[in-house]
Amino acid sequence: MTLATAKAPTRTPEVGSSEALEHRNPVRFFVLAALLVLLLLMVGPMLAVAVNAFKSPADYAANGPLSIPADVYWDGIVDFWNRVDFGRKLWNSFVTALAVSVFGVVLSILNAYALGIGRVRGRVWFLVFFLVANLLPQEVLVYPLYHIAKEADLYDSLIAIVIIFTVIQSAFGTYLLTSVYAEFPRELLDAAAVDGAGKWRTLWRVVVPVSGPTLAVLFTFFFIWTWNEFFLPLIFLVSNDNQTVPVALGVLQGDRMMDATTTSASALIGILPAILFFLIFQRTLTRGIAAGAIK
Amino acid sequence: MTLRQGAAWAADTARAAERGPGMAGSVTKSRGYAVYLIPGVLASLGVIVVPLVMTVYYSFTKWTGVGDPRWVGLENYSRLVEDTLFWQSFGNIALLVIAMAVVPTLLGLVLAAVLFDYVAKHFGDRWAGLFRSGYYLPQVLPVAVTGIVWTWILHPGYGALNQILDAVGLEGLAKNWLGDEDYALYSVMAVMIWFQLGYPIVMFMSGLSRIDPSLYEAADLDGATWWQRFRKITVHMIRPELYVVLVTTTIAALKIFAQVFVLTKGGPANSTMVPSYFAYENYFEKARVGYGSAISTVLTVLIVILAFLFLRLQHRSEELR
Repeated sequence: MTLATAKAPTRTPEVGSSEALEHRNPVRFFVLAALLVLLLLMVGPMLAVAVNAFKSPADYAANGPLSIPADVYWDGIVDFWNRVDFGRKLWNSFVTALAVSVFGVVLSILNAYALGIGRVRGRVWFLVFFLVANLLPQEVLVYPLYHIAKEADLYDSLIAIVIIFTVIQSAFGTYLLTSVYAEFPRELLDAAAVDGAGKWRTLWRVVVPVSGPTLAVLFTFFFIWTWNEFFLPLIFLVSNDNQTVPVALGVLQGDRMMDATTTSASALIGILPAILFFLIFQRTLTRGIAAGAIK
Repeated sequence: MTLRQGAAWAADTARAAERGPGMAGSVTKSRGYAVYLIPGVLASLGVIVVPLVMTVYYSFTKWTGVGDPRWVGLENYSRLVEDTLFWQSFGNIALLVIAMAVVPTLLGLVLAAVLFDYVAKHFGDRWAGLFRSGYYLPQVLPVAVTGIVWTWILHPGYGALNQILDAVGLEGLAKNWLGDEDYALYSVMAVMIWFQLGYPIVMFMSGLSRIDPSLYEAADLDGATWWQRFRKITVHMIRPELYVVLVTTTIAALKIFAQVFVLTKGGPANSTMVPSYFAYENYFEKARVGYGSAISTVLTVLIVILAFLFLRLQHRSEELR
């Protein structure tokens, strides 16, 4: 790595840039072509899925994976949808992700209010705790959680998943939001105090509205992460009625009915919601990644 | 997955909270905020602290999950040390760190610089944005679903890759990509590079947007080549992101589960076994909860140590600056 050795930018007098200008056109073409090939590699699998989801098995057998469908064949998708009751899985995923995002953001706000603005004693240790909680592999929590859920009659229930992910996501949220609240303008808090607002009122009337954009980013993150979660839902949601989309598709791997076109059909309807969220939230996401990376 | 820690890893957050704006003269008192921490602390106790302690306790017992755990002291750990599969799973992780952390970081660095510095300038921001979104796409899809896509592409019989090789007359290269123990791990590594590449690109491009354009202009005036600017300015300026990306992707590699579950289930002949899948197998398929707990505990300790080493390193390099 150049990490350790990088020095402050130094002057590097050298050949004029006229030479670079001459070579510009072939270079331009080459760079663009290379980037386009890479782009094709990156989105190619998804394109292949989209193409083959609309092929009949006979068409796939005859013409292979790269041909354009002879005619648009919906049966693969429709059959798969009905066979796994996909509407139900979509609903399960949606409800879980939504509940976790709402509760997770609220819990993060409360924690960060105490740590970032309230600066309660021992806050550094709380932050270290939330940081470590963020790092933990879920394998180290799963068995006791599984055991406790069985005792509490919450096994195979979306409620257990909502509770667990609310806490796990809010560990991240607390960490991020505390750094934002630590820099919260004191004048606003003082003004609220002068107006006679208590801490509770100040939180919901001043702090939350002012930090709205950050909260939107958190909400988006929580929603997409929870939607995509696999390991814990795989263990907790065993019955067909309770499975989320990734679990339902993941456990069908290697199933006899999953031939090439059915696999494509299942992948396509698994991908579409995620792409939809990506398009809806794209702006928030890119802004959020930037916001999170540098404080 | 990686984004989770990615965004969190502003390493100096703790210090920022420490510094903060001065309290002197503030009307607001800092007392009475502790109550707001109660729900969070209780919830964390129930979902994180207690299960964590229980797992560490189980790791000293023999337990099938039914009845009572029987205390066996360090037996699970001494067995672990002698278990070749355990060592193999960590060896595989080392290769996955290369595929998930090292390669995407290096490739992402070059690509981000090219997109930011060359494509955006010569073709316009829209092109740069288009490429970035395209490269980032695998990151937003559910891991389990992209795994399904790749199992189909790499399937020996009806898979797209072998059929393409066939069509272009290279059928000699066709392999049972995920089913042959000589190739399975490399196939998984290739899929992971594909999966991970977009994350560093997005992170680095957001870091690059911070750089003062006059730095580049000055370098241009001095006649610096693109490569010189890349090394002296780009890499230097986005070091914070570089750290964040390396830490988070390394940790993500250590935790990898869903991809392995969907692609290979640790097989064939355990050639793609990883610690988290190894633990899962012991918990839920072999009913060896104590042993599974020991694996998870070791993995956790490793991750936490690594994270703090990275943090130390980062702080030191910041102080040097």
